[in-house]
Amino acid sequence: MHFEVHLPFWLEALVAFFLLLGAVFAFIGSIGLARLPDFYSRLHAPTKATTLGVGGMLIASMLHFSYAQGSLSVHEILVAIFLLISAPITAYMLSKVALHHQSPSVQNTQGQDLPQQLQQEWHRERIKSKTDKPKLPG
Amino acid sequence: MIPKTPWLPTPWLSLLLWVLWLLLNSSIAWGHILLGGILAVVIPLLTHPFWDRQPDLHKPLKLAGYILKVLWDIVVANFHVAYLILSRRPLRQAFVKIPLCLTQEYPITILASTISLTPGTVSTEVAPDKTYILVHALDVADEAALIAEIKARYEAPLQEIFPC
Repeated sequence: MHFEVHLPFWLEALVAFFLLLGAVFAFIGSIGLARLPDFYSRLHAPTKATTLGVGGMLIASMLHFSYAQGSLSVHEILVAIFLLISAPITAYMLSKVALHHQSPSVQNTQGQDLPQQLQQEWHRERIKSKTDKPKLPG
Repeated sequence: MIPKTPWLPTPWLSLLLWVLWLLLNSSIAWGHILLGGILAVVIPLLTHPFWDRQPDLHKPLKLAGYILKVLWDIVVANFHVAYLILSRRPLRQAFVKIPLCLTQEYPITILASTISLTPGTVSTEVAPDKTYILVHALDVADEAALIAEIKARYEAPLQEIFPC
């Protein structure tokens, strides 16, 4: 596999455009991580702004290598699929932990008591399942 | 519909594994088609006792439409969140309860993931009795409108695709 291929100018421009688009969104995602006020809002940055960030780079990579290898490059589609499956699950795990550890949210958040309510519901549920454990068969 | 048979307990998973194998090798040579086919039969057979029961998929075409809609919404969500991060105005954050009509675990998982990927919302936790999802929203003007939009745009099609 050789990588030094001369791309026509229009394709080079297109690849550059998608690389820059991806880089800009990844950068904005990082700014969001640094600037948003509490744990919950910081979760929004990596689940969203970065999906398009990586997406743009993947499209650029697909265009470049499809041309360079002379056949459609599909590995990028797999990367995108795995990313789109894993990003919300990661966010869910993190926010679930934050919720059960009663991570504070900023003062003006509406419905601020809801996480605690839900945590107590889960707490009661756990006590219930401990006391009336179903008997194992056999 | 792909029928379930004793040696294909989860036909959609098998199809997915087979397509993934071909994509990973980026090849449609006969050898890979055959090897992928064998793996697509053997892996679900070995692992399906560990899996929760999968709901029946009723309208596969509708699911494809749903995926396209979500992909578009992800692009919109990216611009929306990027704008919210860069603009300096204060955010109206909120925790919102989204009441659920779905009852099965897989559709709820798909809905929760969709919520996390789309404009300004991240799902945090589902209620123990699965009656609602608690969602954190980055910037809410109208809570009722947000709930109505999520229910109409995402939950209604999911209910059609996975009927109870």
